[in-house]
Amino acid sequence: MVDLSINCAGIKSPNPFWLASAPPSNSAYQNCKAFEQGWGGTVWKTIGEPVMNVFNRYGGLDYNGQKIFGLNNIELISDRPIEVNLREIAETKKLWPDRAVVVSLMVESKRETWHEIVKRTIDTGCDGIELNYGCPHGMSERGMGAAVGQVPEYCKMITEWVTEVSTIPVIVKLTPNISNIQLPARAAKAAGAEAISLINTINSIIGINLDTFELKPNVGGLGGHGGYAGPAVKPIALHLLSQVAIDPEVNLPISGIGGVSNWRDAVEFILLGASSVQVCTAVMHYGFRIVNDMIEGMTNWMESKGFTSLDQIRGKSLQCVNDFGNFDLLNRTIARIDQQKCIHCNLCYIACEDAAHQCIDLTPVNGHNKTEVREKDCVGCALCSLVCPVENCISMVRIDDGSASKTWNQLTTEFKKSGKPMTWENLAEFQHKHGIEIH
Amino acid sequence: MKNIALKLPTEQYEKNFSDLHPPFTQNSAVTEANRCLYCYDSPCMKACPTHIDISTFIKKISTGNLLGSAKTIYESNWVPLTCAKACPVDVLCEGACVYNDKGEKPIQIGRLQRYAIENYFEKGMPVLFHKSPKNGKSVGVVGSGPAGLACSAELSLMGYEVTIYEANKIPGGLNTWGIAPYKMRREDSLKEVELVKSFGVDLKTEIMIGKTLKVDDLLKKHDALFLGVGLGESPQLSIPGEELSGVVGALDFIEKVKTENWKDVHVGKRVAVIGAGNTSIDAATEAKRLGADQVYIIYRRSDVEMSAYEFEYELAKRDGIVFHFLTSPKRIIGNDFVEGIECLKMKLGEPDKWGRRKSVPIPGSEFAIPVDMIIKAIGQETKSSFLSSITKLTLDDEGCVVVDQITYQTTNPKIFAGGDCINGGKEVVNAAHDGKRAAHGIDKYLSLPKGGK
Repeated sequence: MVDLSINCAGIKSPNPFWLASAPPSNSAYQNCKAFEQGWGGTVWKTIGEPVMNVFNRYGGLDYNGQKIFGLNNIELISDRPIEVNLREIAETKKLWPDRAVVVSLMVESKRETWHEIVKRTIDTGCDGIELNYGCPHGMSERGMGAAVGQVPEYCKMITEWVTEVSTIPVIVKLTPNISNIQLPARAAKAAGAEAISLINTINSIIGINLDTFELKPNVGGLGGHGGYAGPAVKPIALHLLSQVAIDPEVNLPISGIGGVSNWRDAVEFILLGASSVQVCTAVMHYGFRIVNDMIEGMTNWMESKGFTSLDQIRGKSLQCVNDFGNFDLLNRTIARIDQQKCIHCNLCYIACEDAAHQCIDLTPVNGHNKTEVREKDCVGCALCSLVCPVENCISMVRIDDGSASKTWNQLTTEFKKSGKPMTWENLAEFQHKHGIEIH
Repeated sequence: MKNIALKLPTEQYEKNFSDLHPPFTQNSAVTEANRCLYCYDSPCMKACPTHIDISTFIKKISTGNLLGSAKTIYESNWVPLTCAKACPVDVLCEGACVYNDKGEKPIQIGRLQRYAIENYFEKGMPVLFHKSPKNGKSVGVVGSGPAGLACSAELSLMGYEVTIYEANKIPGGLNTWGIAPYKMRREDSLKEVELVKSFGVDLKTEIMIGKTLKVDDLLKKHDALFLGVGLGESPQLSIPGEELSGVVGALDFIEKVKTENWKDVHVGKRVAVIGAGNTSIDAATEAKRLGADQVYIIYRRSDVEMSAYEFEYELAKRDGIVFHFLTSPKRIIGNDFVEGIECLKMKLGEPDKWGRRKSVPIPGSEFAIPVDMIIKAIGQETKSSFLSSITKLTLDDEGCVVVDQITYQTTNPKIFAGGDCINGGKEVVNAAHDGKRAAHGIDKYLSLPKGGK
């Protein structure tokens, strides 16, 4: 029996799927509807300072006919009064005691103001507080959101104001718009936060209208940077998640956010250490109903792999996260094309020829082209296997026997010891010794 | 004709002859274009007789570069709208699409090409190609079908003075007159004629070469000649009763349908089409769509041997056409009007020299089918009497003009030829290719030191 329930810093939910603090978690109506459909938790759309939105606020990035590969927004935090939100939060939590109800907060940088909003929030009976240090637009100009998240000292100071009065878990939500995400994460930890969530949206201009020359979204002729989200940001989110997850100075539960669209994405986040995952863009595209496949798909996958609890997979892939200097330079792979499966699109050929190492030969046979890898020249870069439209047609095959192994770090250390400078000649000697020829 | 089929309401005709493959909307075209894998040296391009760079023109549709898409197409083919609508794509480009090997639906190349080209015409044919300066040489082109148009367009852009001589009042050849209206309307063909004319080609209609003007006149007037005269009449069935009212040739019938005055085209209540080629299918489905109650296709061999494409056969069956395979017409019954056709049952015998099994009559198997109209669709004869009158031209056993495979030069060095008159009847796309290649053959010939003089 697979159990998808999680406990993220004391916040429990029957499954790891939470709505992210965003338009889908704006109201009691929406959050209750989401719970009915199976969502495990919600992070209530950020409440706090008075704001007023502009009307046009989203921009979509389509790719090759696929709608909303990325989505950016210039929407602000909740544009409904704090009182209304707090009342609805209390009602929702009462109706759904087994779901995680986390409330996202953002107020001006005053200790008393934070104390007040935290206390009022706790009074709703909610399970936790998320501090929005990530909103990259509109609020940051007013000294909130990303303006806090980008300065670890501010991050620490405000988190302390919250944790000194909070009786429930505090999650600090980080902005990706920073060069080292570990610094604000450490600051949050130092200030007593119980968990980290990441990533908030990425600064972006989603596109320009080629007829009017105006930005998208266009607000009466003006536009500006907005927060970028959706499937396109997932790789960035995974990387930043791994950076926080492997940092021994942080060592906190993490709620993963950024382009999670289905159970497969969610599993990846959990494998890199996330306790819960938060979803927004996929819901904005398709509605709450997607959670059905998320729960079912993850359960089926767990069952097929013999796992019964998410604890068994959480962080499982972190052991693979490492630095380039520790990668084995002699772990050799080459591409092999399955001629039975080949449909003769020749995309592998042109990719290798123009963009890689010119090691695929194209020869006419029976009216079509045969593509064949010249194995002695193949550097194993895998580009051909990535462009190939047929599943398992081009495989990357390991050709070394594993007996030799050398990382860049080992190599440079050895060179240093034997007094050899790192020159092209010395490097070529090493390559030659191992049968590696670079053209 | 004795029993003429009842006329249909106007809307019904329009419905019956509406697009078999409706145009893409912008959204659906881009979606389909995005499915294209953008193969390199693609199989679809190789399968196209004119070698249109298909994946490139499709890629351009996906980025919204529709003018560039049209240009890519025109670089290879001067009658792409006709080809988009009338080509047997299942056996050419779409049949070669790699998606077939992947077990998925091929890209709808024909419809995408139509999308790019219709957009080009809608935009008012903006200039895509710049003409070379006039080189002072002149070429006469006989026939304004796809071969003649392709040859003229190509030569004209190269700087030649080109005159097309067309016997019909309305140009375009079979592109205009020979394609079933649910595949393509006449106006589409005329747009392609207009484009070629816009390059400065002088199109003279209602000039019948051999009558109004002689080939020798043209040879004197022009430095070279291109013959794109197509084929002639349907051959005789050579059975009794062929002179009866209600017996028509398929091409004459199809041509009448192409006037698009549906109500003026009489069809019998019961129609028999003799022959099972692609033209037979066109004639049969058109008769049915004009209101005939019952349409039969009578063919002396079986469905395996018939030359109609699979998708044409399917179309005919969907239209309710009844096929009488292994059936040979023996006699047309009637006094003044067709009243029926007496047929003989056949069986398959030994393969002939092309490997097609012969049909052998079964003695005493005569039976009659009551019909009011008979459409002869057993191919077209070559214009052998006209062609054989031309000096130094050589015809093969089938009556086709013999040309050099590369230059399309005939045995008369000043005369080049292409299209149905050299191959005995192929697709529009083959004619388009011939015409273009022949233009280069002519250019090569006229660029010789003493070329053409």
